[in-house]
Order: sequence, then structure tokens, then C-alpha cells
Amino acid sequence: MQARKSRKYDRSLYVSIGFGLVGIALTLGPILYLVLGGFKSQQDLAENPTGLPDPFMWQNYWTILSQPLFWRQLLNSLIVAVATTAGVVLFGTMAAYPLARYRFRGREFLFVVFTTGIMFPLTVAVLPLYLLLRDMGITGLWGLVIPQIAFGLPVTIIILRPFLKALPMELEEAAFMDGVSRIGFFWRMLLPLARPGMVTVGVLAFIGSWNAYLLPLLLLTGDPSGMTLPLGVTTFQGQHSSATTMIMAYTSLAMVPALVFFLFMERRIVEGLSGAVKG
Amino acid sequence: MTALETSGPGNGSVVGAQAPAAGPRPVVPVTNHKRRDKIRKWGEITLFVGPALLLFLTFVVYPVISAARYSVYKWNGVEQFSSAQYVGFENYARALFGGTDPELKQAFTTQYSQPFWEALGHNFALIFLSMAIQLPLALLVALTLNRKFPGRAAVRVIIFAPYVLSEVIAGVMWLIIFDPNGIATNLVQSLGLNMPPGGWLEDQTWGVWTVFFIITWKYVGLAIILFLAGLSGVPEDLQEAASIDGASWWQIQWRINIPLIGPTIRIWAFLSIIGAIQLFDMVWVLNQGGTTGQYSTIATYMMQIGFFRSDWGYGSAVAVIMFFISLVVALAYMGLILRRDNTSDRVRKAR
Repeated sequence: MQARKSRKYDRSLYVSIGFGLVGIALTLGPILYLVLGGFKSQQDLAENPTGLPDPFMWQNYWTILSQPLFWRQLLNSLIVAVATTAGVVLFGTMAAYPLARYRFRGREFLFVVFTTGIMFPLTVAVLPLYLLLRDMGITGLWGLVIPQIAFGLPVTIIILRPFLKALPMELEEAAFMDGVSRIGFFWRMLLPLARPGMVTVGVLAFIGSWNAYLLPLLLLTGDPSGMTLPLGVTTFQGQHSSATTMIMAYTSLAMVPALVFFLFMERRIVEGLSGAVKG
Repeated sequence: MTALETSGPGNGSVVGAQAPAAGPRPVVPVTNHKRRDKIRKWGEITLFVGPALLLFLTFVVYPVISAARYSVYKWNGVEQFSSAQYVGFENYARALFGGTDPELKQAFTTQYSQPFWEALGHNFALIFLSMAIQLPLALLVALTLNRKFPGRAAVRVIIFAPYVLSEVIAGVMWLIIFDPNGIATNLVQSLGLNMPPGGWLEDQTWGVWTVFFIITWKYVGLAIILFLAGLSGVPEDLQEAASIDGASWWQIQWRINIPLIGPTIRIWAFLSIIGAIQLFDMVWVLNQGGTTGQYSTIATYMMQIGFFRSDWGYGSAVAVIMFFISLVVALAYMGLILRRDNTSDRVRKAR
């Protein structure tokens, strides 16, 4: 009986490893192709697409990195993402607090109002939103941050409310017996305890903002140095459409921040998504 | 009759034997001034919820309502809205069946209605393909990876990586790979085959498949990771017991693991479907849905005509239609499929 079991396990081990290797190859293959392509000359790419770069050219990457455009776009993306995340987390937590721990008339109704927000994707609202921002005179990066915060609030509140609800009621009792006000309680006791949930929604908001394309597409027209990174990549690709290896270098560089962020936050991201999906 | 209380999945447990039905009972600070308390309480609620509510109403709700309003006008977005012409449901009519003017119906069908339904068809094709191909594939891979093996952690991290990339950045990469003179063609030719006659993306029949392939590359990792997370919640004893009883690997997966991660699968499918309806970025960067709309989506179609051809009324109508489709699909899905997974913290009476 034991021998048969271990033979079964041996085979499935190889299957698992096999699947794993195929998965890695299919995932990394295209990215590797892109990165290596940036090191090739146009001719090399055409003649020798699958091989290593020959000659090995630093020029593409060097040109891009030594000019301000890429860095400017990186900075723009960073500013927008940080501001969006800060806004979403702060306002979202603030809103989730009464919805979770106060009792008042209209509480559930208010929660439902926010919940309907997930039914309104940016795509549906984007045309009027563009006009609204134009009429309000909100331009540039702020025009990205403010709507992104607004659209990120429903998901954030939906995730945070049960999280805050789960914290023990004893906390408030203890705090009020010591004479702490509700606001004080929020600031000094609730927030530190809510930190895991806030990190999760923050990470999701950050990724969402970093990768945003539609809103920047409409708002950040004209000067590429005012663009965020995804928009910058597509603009670059459009402007230099025949310089394939340059585009490959630019695109590879644009992937780096997201991948680095991902490496550091991978566990958080997976936890956050699994938690949200499980309910 | 006893009340059977259930708490929502995300609620966690409150200290104490019974979870209260409508959330924890709030505790108020001790004071003797009831009315002042009440004002103070409402003041605090306003302070906390106010900013979020204000942003939400202004930048989410108001634009969506505006979309409905613009959709019944003909407007080019440049002149004042007050000079726009009210056209009732004409925009909707054009999208759905070519408009109400019998003389122009033929022309409008080709110009408005046909691309609309083609785009919508592409959306539903993607949904269908996701369920028919991505779901079994992700499930199979997750089940296979659901055991200890060397390199497991690395595999999971790597497979998940495409999800965090921007759709357009990934899209540009695939644009290069699927260039007619690019590496995809090279690889396929070295196997003795050839790329689709019109090009990987531009081909009338195969374009959608290529787009689906790219989308799968980007998102199947998410499904796999979510399923793995769900599988990790399945007790090993169950699988071991079944194995000792002589069940084959496949039987164990089919009868134990898959049913037990049913809720996870259903929620993933829900998100996947909603995402497929709203798909824009990826398709837009892949040549805006193709030069003749070979793989356009509702969202790219809306942007093309509404924004870039300045037909704001029509674009808004398409947006509203898209909203209703999302809504109907979401409600139907939640009612039919998710209902048995959902427990709420409403009190349910025992029957």
C-alpha cells in the first residue's frame, strides 16, 4: 500500500513541476524577448529574433535613461499613484468607520449608495467626467487624482466596512470610559488596528492608479513629459513606430517599477485579492 | 420560532458567543446631554463620511447621470450644450437598429448599428471564451500546482506577475510580438505553419482569438492564484481519506476540491465577466480594436465615435447601454449563481 502511494506521488510531482515550468516559460518568455530586444539593433532583431543580442547594444536603454522624458513620466505616475492611494485610503477609512461602528438612521442606505458605485465603471462615466473636469477647470495630474479617488472609494468601503466591524466593541467601551472622544478613538486606536485592511486597499488602489490608461488618455494630451507611464509608452510607440528595438527598451523599462513593486508586495496583493474574492 | 443568525463572510467574529445581527451594538460616550450628543453624533458622521460622499456623488454619480442626459441629445461637445439638439431616443435607435428614419436606415445601420453589434458580439465572445477556455485551464493548472514541489513559491509569483502590469504596456509588447514580420510569425513558420492570412491581429476570423490569447496571458495567472488560495482552504484530511479509500487523483479533484472552491470560482467568473464587458485599455492599444473593428469592444467603440469623432450624444447612449448590460448581467448572475454562496447578516428565520 505504501509503495503504491509513493509511486503515485512521484508521477504527480513531475506533472506539477512540468506544469510549473511551462507556466514560467509562457509567462516570462515574452517579457524576456522584450527585454533582450531592447539590446539589439534593428537588423539583429529582424535576422535573429530568438537569439541573444549580437552585437550587444546599450544605446537604446542608455538613450532612454539618460534623457528626462522617461523619468518625468515615472515621476508623474508616482505622484498620481501616491496621491490617489492616500486619498482613497484616508477618505475610505473615514467613511467606513461610521458605517461600521455607529448606529444611525440611513446607515444601510448610505452603504448601498456606495455599493452601487461598483456598477458604475469609469468607462461609462468617462465622457461626462471629461466635460465636468473641463468645466471645473481641473486639469493635469489633479484631473487624474480626484476622479481616481472617487472611483476607488466604493471598493475600498466595501472591503473596509466588514473589516472594521470585526474589531471588538470592547475597544470603544474602554476608550469612552477613559474619556476619549469618538474622533480621538478613531485616530489613535482604530486606525492602527485597521492597518492591515488599509494596506490591502492601498496596494490595490496603487496598482489601479499606476496602470490607469483611459483617463490619462483623455486628460493628458499634448506634451509627453506631462504624461503618466502607460500613456507615455503608447505615445512613444506611436511616435517611433519603426524603431522597434527602441520601443522594446522603453516598454521594458516601463515594466520595471510595477514588477519591483510586485516583488515586494506580492503576498499583500494575493492576500487582498483572495480575501476580497472569498467575501 | 427561533431566529437563525448568520454573519457575512467578511465579518469575522465578534468576541462573545453570538454575533449580533446588525453589527456590534454601538457604545456611546457617557454624558448627560442627550440632544447635544445627537447633534455631535451627526456632526461626526458628516465629518467622517462627508468627503467620501462628496467626491463620490460629484465625480461618479453625477457623470453617470449626465451620460444619461447627454444621450438624448445630438451634440459635438465643442459648442455650448444649451445649443444641442434634443433627439429623444434617436441615438439609441441608431445603435440598436439603424435609427428611426426609414430613408436613412440603411446607411445608419452600416454606419452605427453594425459596428455596435459587432463590438458587443466581441465582448460576448470574450466572455464565452473566458468561461470555456480560461476557466478549465486555470482550474487544471491550479489543481496540478496544489501540492508541495520544489520551486512552488517561485512559480506562483511568476505566474501572477502579468496581472500587475499595465494592460497597455503588456499590449505594446504583444503588438511587437504579433507583428506580421515579428517573432510569432517566425516561430510558427519554423514549425511549418503560417500566420493567419490577414495577420495575427488584423485577420477577420483570427483577430479575436489572438486578442483572447493576449488577455489570457495577462489574466489567467490571477485565476490560478485565486483558485490556489481557495484550494489551500480545503482540508488535506479529506483528500487523504479519499485517496486511502482508493479514489483516483481525478476523482478527488472532481468530487472534493472543485466543489469546495465553488464559491471562489463563481466570484472569479463574475469579476471576469464584468471585466470582459468593460474591456478597453488592452483592445485600444492593439490598434483600437483593429482597422475595421475586427475585435472592437463596446468601450472602444464608444470612445471612437463618442470622443474621437465628437458625437457625444451617441457616445453617451452607447455608454448607457453598456451600463445597463453590466447591470443586467451582474444582477442576473448574483441572483442565479451567487445567491447560494451569499450569506448576509440579515436575520433569517429557521424554517
